[in-house]
Amino acid sequence: MKRFLPLLITFIVGIIVLSSEFIPHKPFSSINEVLENWFLIIAGFAIILGQLSLLRVNSIRVSEKTENWQYYLAGLISFAVMLLCGVLWGTQDTAGLLGNGERIVANLGIKPFEYLFVNLYQHLSATMFALLAFFIASAAYRAFIVRSFESTLLMIAAVIVMLGRTSVGTSMTAWLPQNLKFMHLPNIADFIMNYPNNAAQRAILISSALGIVGSSLRILLGIERSYLGGKD
Amino acid sequence: MSNKKLPKQVDRRYIYLILLIGVAVPLLIPIGFISEVSELTLKVYEMVESTPENAVVMISFDYDPSTGTELQPMAKALIEHAFKKNQRIIAVALWPQGVQMAELAFADILEKYPEKNYGIDYVNLGFKSGGMVTIQAMGRNFKEVFPTDTKGIPVGEHAMLDNVRTLKQLGYIVSLSAGDPGLKGYIMTAHDMYGVKVSGGCTAVSTPGFLPYVNDQNQLYGLLGGLKGAAEYESLLDVKGTATSGMDSQSIAHLLIIAFIVMGNVRARKIRQLSKED
Repeated sequence: MKRFLPLLITFIVGIIVLSSEFIPHKPFSSINEVLENWFLIIAGFAIILGQLSLLRVNSIRVSEKTENWQYYLAGLISFAVMLLCGVLWGTQDTAGLLGNGERIVANLGIKPFEYLFVNLYQHLSATMFALLAFFIASAAYRAFIVRSFESTLLMIAAVIVMLGRTSVGTSMTAWLPQNLKFMHLPNIADFIMNYPNNAAQRAILISSALGIVGSSLRILLGIERSYLGGKD
Repeated sequence: MSNKKLPKQVDRRYIYLILLIGVAVPLLIPIGFISEVSELTLKVYEMVESTPENAVVMISFDYDPSTGTELQPMAKALIEHAFKKNQRIIAVALWPQGVQMAELAFADILEKYPEKNYGIDYVNLGFKSGGMVTIQAMGRNFKEVFPTDTKGIPVGEHAMLDNVRTLKQLGYIVSLSAGDPGLKGYIMTAHDMYGVKVSGGCTAVSTPGFLPYVNDQNQLYGLLGGLKGAAEYESLLDVKGTATSGMDSQSIAHLLIIAFIVMGNVRARKIRQLSKED
């Protein structure tokens, strides 16, 4: 029963949602509407669940003093500080438990939550993403090596697209006359992106869509049960 | 081979240092490279341009600060363009931090357009979880999904939303998307199910994945791809924003990466030659 009931719910709900796509009339459309609203409510709770899970996992690592436990502690402190700022003084125009924190706003210029977001979180987050550029540069030197015809082709295409997507690429071929416009690097890059790339992307899209149909059917029919947890 | 010296692997710290200098110097001393405007960017611009005055449009902030460098200039340029055309903007977010990104973008542009008022010319409805299902629900009943804005004001009190019951009443939707949920959801739901004009902006790395949707059916009405797309849009608006200044750095970074690829290949070739001689 513990497994049968979720499988039955999945099957019934799946069939209703699927049918409503093909028969957009009552009762399927109205049931689908109710199910969508349920999903939105559950999705809201999933955020709370995610936060609780984050707290639990990080707290365990700190209490057990696993490797690099200090980073998990820093994460927990950051989480608590942002949460407290939001709860106590609110965000933007919404007041918190202690009101709008007029005194703090007089000093900082904005609410504490916004202050931390703009001056700390925004820059830290952008920095983490920007680090990728350094790894890509290092990886390009080490890994982008010509070993076969295919890798040569890949490298030539990559270099053209990289140049074509920059202002340097535009400047490099800007001197070419108008009747040779197709030879402008940005135009060659656009050609690569619009034809060979698009063809490959479409193939990937179609095959992944077929894969999704297959795995969805497996879930609906109860063949795929890993989402329930456990071994079978 | 044992007697011959293998070419040395460059210490990765030097690579990092060269790249840092290459990116930082153009930010301090702009070079002023010129960008050609691509058809994809032009299409987005023309969509905004051809939408009538007073039309209610939607910008979805589906990103967080990590991709803000690429997507925030797009947001500012699109808001400025819509304000220029006297269009009224609904801001929503499928990513939690999109709400703050929207606030920051509006705050910047309002310095140029102080006459624009909240609730009349623009409104921020905030974040809603649920991704594609949320978009689907907005297509059915907009106000049911967003009963209040970020200030807690019921959406019914905003005059600009009087005639907006579903997504179909919008002039266009632009999703600035750093991943899922985002642009793909709007294409599949807002355009394919409800027939609303959908356009968008994304990071350079995810641009190739969206290109198949820019087709004869106009599933995606143009696309702003990465910092270059944002810079091109700024040039169309005749604005020198952060994307335009960032393009010099990005160009130099790309050139350096190409140089590193060449260096790596020269080294690999030398190694191959030495091993053949042995």
